[in-house]
Formats: sequence, structure tokens, C-alpha cells
Amino acid sequence: MLTANLATKLQSLLGATRVTAAEHSLLSFAVDGMSPAAIIHPASAEEVAEVVRFAASEKLAIVSCGSRSKLEMGMPPARYDIALDMTGVCHIAHYDAGDLTLSVDAGMPLRHLEQALAEKQQFLPLAVPCFETSTVGGAVASGIDSVLRQQYGTARDFLIGAEFVDGTGKICKSGGRVVKNVTGYDLHKLLIGSLGTLCVITRLNFRTFPLAQVSGGQLVSFASVEGTLAFRRELEAAGLPISNLEVLSPGIATILAAILRSAKSGVPLGLEQGRWCVYASYEGNAAVVERVSRELEKFARETNAANYEPLDKPTDESLGGMLREAFEWLRFASPLVLLVRLVLPEFSGEVSAGLSDILKANSLRGGMLLRARGIVYFLAQVEEGAALDRLEKTAKDVTRLVAEKQGHTTLLHAPLALKSRASIRAGADENIGLMRRVKQAFDPQGLFAPGRFWGGL
Amino acid sequence: MTASLLRDLNSLLGPRNVLHQKEDLMLYEYDGSVEKARRPDVVVFPHTTEEVSRIVKLAAEYQVPVVGRGAGTGLSGGALARGGGVMIVFARMNRILEIDLENQRAVVQPGVVNLDITRAVEKAGLYFAPDPSSQKSCTIGGNVAENAGGPHTLAYGVTVNHIAALELVLPDGEIVRMGSKHGDTSGYDLCGLFVGSEGTLALVTEITVKLTRKPEAVKTLLAIFDSVDDASLSVAEITARGITPAACEMLDGWTLRVVEDYVHAGFPRDSAAVLLVELEGLREATGTQAEAVVDVCRTHCAREVRAAKDERERELLWKGRKNAFGALGRLAPTNYVLDGVIPRSKLPQALQHIQEIGKKYGFAIGNIFHAGDGNLHPIVLYDPRDAKAFEKAIAASGEIIRYCVELGGALTGEHGVGMEKNELMTLMFSDADFDLMRRVHHAFNPDSSLNPGKIFPLSKGCGEIRVKAKEMMGGNQ
Repeated sequence: MLTANLATKLQSLLGATRVTAAEHSLLSFAVDGMSPAAIIHPASAEEVAEVVRFAASEKLAIVSCGSRSKLEMGMPPARYDIALDMTGVCHIAHYDAGDLTLSVDAGMPLRHLEQALAEKQQFLPLAVPCFETSTVGGAVASGIDSVLRQQYGTARDFLIGAEFVDGTGKICKSGGRVVKNVTGYDLHKLLIGSLGTLCVITRLNFRTFPLAQVSGGQLVSFASVEGTLAFRRELEAAGLPISNLEVLSPGIATILAAILRSAKSGVPLGLEQGRWCVYASYEGNAAVVERVSRELEKFARETNAANYEPLDKPTDESLGGMLREAFEWLRFASPLVLLVRLVLPEFSGEVSAGLSDILKANSLRGGMLLRARGIVYFLAQVEEGAALDRLEKTAKDVTRLVAEKQGHTTLLHAPLALKSRASIRAGADENIGLMRRVKQAFDPQGLFAPGRFWGGL
Repeated sequence: MTASLLRDLNSLLGPRNVLHQKEDLMLYEYDGSVEKARRPDVVVFPHTTEEVSRIVKLAAEYQVPVVGRGAGTGLSGGALARGGGVMIVFARMNRILEIDLENQRAVVQPGVVNLDITRAVEKAGLYFAPDPSSQKSCTIGGNVAENAGGPHTLAYGVTVNHIAALELVLPDGEIVRMGSKHGDTSGYDLCGLFVGSEGTLALVTEITVKLTRKPEAVKTLLAIFDSVDDASLSVAEITARGITPAACEMLDGWTLRVVEDYVHAGFPRDSAAVLLVELEGLREATGTQAEAVVDVCRTHCAREVRAAKDERERELLWKGRKNAFGALGRLAPTNYVLDGVIPRSKLPQALQHIQEIGKKYGFAIGNIFHAGDGNLHPIVLYDPRDAKAFEKAIAASGEIIRYCVELGGALTGEHGVGMEKNELMTLMFSDADFDLMRRVHHAFNPDSSLNPGKIFPLSKGCGEIRVKAKEMMGGNQ
């Protein structure tokens, strides 16, 4: 009944074309099994504000979304009345290529944006999983890592402003459209990784970057984690411009090799043999790319690499693209998967052994993918059977190990039954009390995705 | 301030760490801005985070405001005690606590001088990238509060891009930590909020900074122009061609002549403008980028483009840039340095408009600024004893800032809002924006006990802004 009443009210507010309440549609907007009572398709920030004001007056909970590719990140919502489908707010509001700045609506798909920027030989280093469908707003709100963070950092480093609707239904802004600006509080930085719990993002301003003339990629493989880490250390100490630097444990290398094989793409030997692998891609002018290639080969020799493989362009593009999508294939690597993102002050051979021991102790397969510095994706997988207890114990063991090392963890994917039992975030840096204050300031009535964030927020 | 608060502070810190005599306090009633003197009631020098926490708790008990201060080099009045009260000076919390070369991180106390971080790690080929002109004296705590910039932030970003973690003391004395060694937070990016909050949300007591690897090659070019338009068109085209110099600074003819007479940096006195362009990176990249910059400048009629032959010549050129504001002190008793930002592609028209505003008000307005990121620093020289000249300087400055905002820019690129530009905030932000910022402010600083009277406008409406602007620029006339 709520559905019919709510849909009718919303239709009178925004018109029938903006509201969907058909059962099958509602299911497609479900978050962890919870469906909304209505879906709104706003076409402007003003319409979003109108919906929020309505929700505030009726005390309804809103989950805003883009392509819905990462809705499983975060906890199930405590309440969920309205899905706000932002894909209709999708224009480039301002793009000054000569100034390398961009203002784009939240619902713009990343792939379309990439094409528009490429026409001006520019790009946005927001290379996130589900790239084909993801929206720019969803990518920022999810806080998911860009595969290019080694060189370009996180969204914090190139998001220069935002427009959004706060919990009082007002359109607010923060930052601006210039690359250097310290006017007022940088509220837009709080939106990164907020999972839509603070506001509805309607527009984002970015600094854009020139596309490089040439790029290159290498896969270097090792018999041991120690050799791998020594190679990575050499590489980082050399200060070479590496845009993507990833380390794959044998377990992850094997999964990726199988995916590339089934996609009929070239499979580098290191992956095929299931070794510890380091993938490095780099860009610049031809001389820079040649120099980096040379240096990589030298470091590989010095650290006794098992294989050193310069990648041809198709293989490099295929492998680089697959690594960008790692979140996607890791979470679906098996019927039952635990995927945890670890942030560690340092990843050492000892940490690697500790994580491997946890997998062994719980009779699980899996592995580690190291992204940029300090970020580790830990995978534990089970093919079948009643393995929830083992996955849960694994999650606890990993959290404990990471906490001992002064790091923290975020649960990215787990069976729903486990997700509701486990803490989605844990570790040294909690500050939930401060976050609660931020949430209260943005969303005093708790309208936005209640319970999705963490600690009841 | 009550005698009992002074007694409590003395007992907490010892008399060597508490100043309260008028003649001692005078040093702390100014910063680098042109603000009217604001004298704190007492100045204290803590050595530890716990002491900061206890000072803040004491001040709360006595309902006295608290203001944090580093070296007092700020240009927006951020470190002035607008409402009197306790000023916490971090000069004695100046230890580098940890250096992690492998992970390129350093943990420092807020009173550490910006350049001292670089000095501590440069032998390992690392440095701290944000380089405000005052880097020889400004402190990292102040840099964090103001989200300070500098010439090389064009390529490397401002302070926030180099902060991994913070320890803070909230207005109720609670000590909190946020961020991590790698900068990733678990939850909302609180570090991103607190950096640049100008000491209005919390006091920073420990900072984990990211260290940057020194580039393999540096090329410094000086491009000399006979027209400001040609120089600014060159900057716009350097950006448009996708060249990202580490720094791209402009001095107009009026300014460079003053600087040259003082510093002897080698700027041709008869030129209309010079660009100082620095390219950093691998040898293979800087060479071709330098060629491209030379090509752009020549296309736009540069009279000459020369490269610094060695480190000594490079340092001399930078000395000319970084000491420019000091050189201007030879021309007038004081100057007002603006900090507006514009989209880089609007540089030619903005510089032209600034000159027109100068003509309208009868001022020669100098420009020495971070051209590469559109961060203008028009300099209005005036004699504060001449009330009429001062009035005109304020009016001209207001017009320039308004024009920057009209072009799609911002009030301040790196100096902060403080109590200098707070009344101009309405040029950029709506009532809804202020409401939210105020709620965030209230969430952490509910009694406005921390650095009161900063960032937020105390009045509303343009007429009042003008009146307030006059007062805030009033100095000691």
C-alpha cells in the first residue's frame, strides 16, 4: 500500500514520467535484498531537491544511485523508501579544455565522459571497476580505488568542487571550478566514499589531465614475495613515472590467467605459471617510455626476476583493463567470496605469510592484489558447501592481523548472511563519533541511505 | 581574562611558557596581513599535545576563546585573536618525530618550519613539496590550517595533497587522530575537511606528511616579453597544450623593475613581463617540454627565452620571485596582496581588467603571481596614513576580487579567508551553502570558542560588506 500511495504522491510532485513503481523495476533497485517503494528519475538538481524536501516532510529514506554497479558496497540500508536514479542528470555542464577543468552531472557515465575528454586529448584518472556502466557520481560516492592512483592519487587529488542536495532539501555547493581554491570548507572531499549517506551528489567539478602520447606495460614475475617486494621498492625509489603498479599473488595471477584465456586474450607467462607478478604501466613521450622500459628490465635483473615480459599493446590494454576491473572479477571469483580491502602501513613478506596462513588455516583458496602503496585486496573463496563459518573466521582473523599492524579493513563483498554479522569496517582509524557529527550536519533527519555507511550511519 | 585563568595556565605550563604583559603580547597582535592589531589576552607555548588539550579545557572552563598560531606569516588574519583570549603558539612543538624514508612519510609537530622538513630528508633525495614564499619561516601547522600553496603546487598540489594523517585537539580538549600513513581513511575524509579549515574546527598537534622524490632533472626558463598580453597568452597556451610545468610564475614590468633593483635576479628592466617556468621530471621529459614551452613563448612574441645555466642562476631567479613582496616594501609603507583565482584561460582578459581598475582608481597595480594555476596576486600599494588612498585601495581590491568571481574563479587560492575576506564570502556562497558550512562548524566548534570571527561573514548584503571591508582593512589609521 505504501508503494501505491507513495508513487501517487511522487507522481503528483514530479509528473508520472519521473516515477516508477512496477514490481520488477523495484527489484532491480534492491540493495542487499531490500527494495524501495518507488523509483524517481530526476532530470535536474532542482527536481532532486524537490524529492528530498518531500522525503524530509514524510520521513522517507532515500538511496541515490547511478548505474547500481557497486550498491553492494556498504551495509544493507536500515530503511529504503525511495530509489533516486541519477542517470537522467547526465550532462557536461562546463568543459574548458584549455583550462583543464570539467563540471559534469553526477549521472554521466564514465565511458561517455572518457570519449568527450578524449576528443580534446584529455582524460580523468578515475579508472574504476564497472567502467562501462559506472557513473561519475557513483564512482566518487563509492570511493572505490582507481587503478591509476599510483600516479594520479585518489579523487581527493583532482575533485575541485561539487554541487549536491543536503538533507534539508537545499542545493549546496563547495569548492569551485578553479584548480586552486581555499575559499570555505572543502565539503566536497567528504563526499568521496560516503556511499550516498551525506547528500545527493548532483554535479562534480574536476581537474582533467592531458593524455600521454605513448604508453608501455610490463609484467615481471618472481618465485617469491620477497623478490617481488624488492623489485617494487627499487621501482618506487627510482622515482619513475609509473601510472599503474600492481602486485598479484600466485592465487590472483591464476584467476586472472584463466579470465584472459577465456577472453582469448594473450596471457603473459608470469600469470600462466601462477607466480608472484608485478604489473607496471607507464606513459609519456617515446623517450620516456623507452627509458622506463630499460630501467624496469634492469631492476628485474637485479632482483632475480623469474620472467621479464614487455607487453605488446593489445596484451597490455587487455591486462590493464582487467586490472581496472579487478573488484568485479574478484567478487565473482567463486560462488562464495570474501573480499576485503586492507590499508596497511607496510606490506611485508611477514604480512603476506600471515594472510596466506589464514587462508590455509581455514582451508580456503584466495590471494592478494596490491594496488599502489599500502592498499591490498584480500580474497578468500569457496566453491561450495556450508563455508560461512570459515569465511567469517577468515574475516575476523584478517581484521585482527591488520589491526596488529596498525592498519584498517573494509569489507567489499561477502555473502549477505555474513555481511550482516560482520563489521564492514574495522581497524585503527574509526572516529565514528566525529563521522556522526558530520552526518548530522549534512543530513539532520537521517534521510540518506540510513545504516549503509558504518556504525549505524 | 581573569587572574585565576592566568594562574592556572602558569601552573600548567610554567611561567616561561606563558606571556601576559602588554609589551610581550604586542608581537602576537599582527600576522602577515594588513589587519588591524588584535591583541590576545595571554600567549602560551605548549610542548605536548596533552598540554594543548589541557589549555583548551581550561579556556573552555573560563569561556575564553582560543586561537592557534604558527609563525604568524599568514596573509588573511587567520592567526589573530579577533576576540582576544588565549593564543596557543606552537613554536615549541617543533620536533620531527619520525622519518620513514622507504614509505616517504614524516611525522612532525605543528611548529616545525616548512623548509626544515625538506632539510631533514633532502639527503635521501626527498622533499616536502608545498613551498609557500614564506617557507623559511612558516610552520607546517599553519600550512595545514590554511591549506597553503606555493609556486610548485601547480604540478604537485597544495598542502592537502601531501597530508596523510592528523592528530587534532577539538574545542572540548578531546584528542583525535585521523587518516593513516598512506592517507586512506576508514570512513569520511575528515583530513580533507580539517585541512584548510583555518583553525576554526580543531587545533592540529601532529601531522603525517607525504614526502616527494626530488626530480631527476629540472629546467628553469625565463621568458621575457614586451607585452603583458603576450605573456598571459603564453601561459594559457602552455596549459592548453597539455604541458604541466612544476611552476609557472609571472611578474609584470612594474613589479619586476622593483624586484630587480632589490634582488638583481637578472630580470630585464625594460620588459613588460617575464615568465618563470620550471619543468621537472625525467631528463627525457623535461628536455622536450622545455622546447615546447620555448616554442609557445616565441609564438607569442617573447623577446627572449633563456634557461638557467646552473643551480646558482636558478636560485637567483627564484630569489627574485620569492623576495618580491619584500622588495615592494621599498615603494610604499604597506601593500595589500590579493589572492583571487581565475580559470587559467581567462588570464589575458583578467590582467587587462586589473589594469583598467588600477587606472580608474589612479593606482599602479603590480602583478606577481602563480600564472600556471590562475592564482593572481595583484598588489595594491598604499600609504595607510592617507585615508583617501586607503579607501580607494579597498574599493579597487573589491572590484578585482568581484571580477575574479565573475570569471568563474574564487576569492582565495592559498592565503585563506580568515578575517580579511569573510565578508566577501557572499560573492561565492548562497544562504544554503552557509547554512551547511555553519552546521559543520557547529558540529565541531559549537560555542565558536576556537578562532571566532573567521571565515563566516559577520554581516550580510553588499552595502554591509563594503562597510565591513573598510573596517577589516583599517589597520592602525
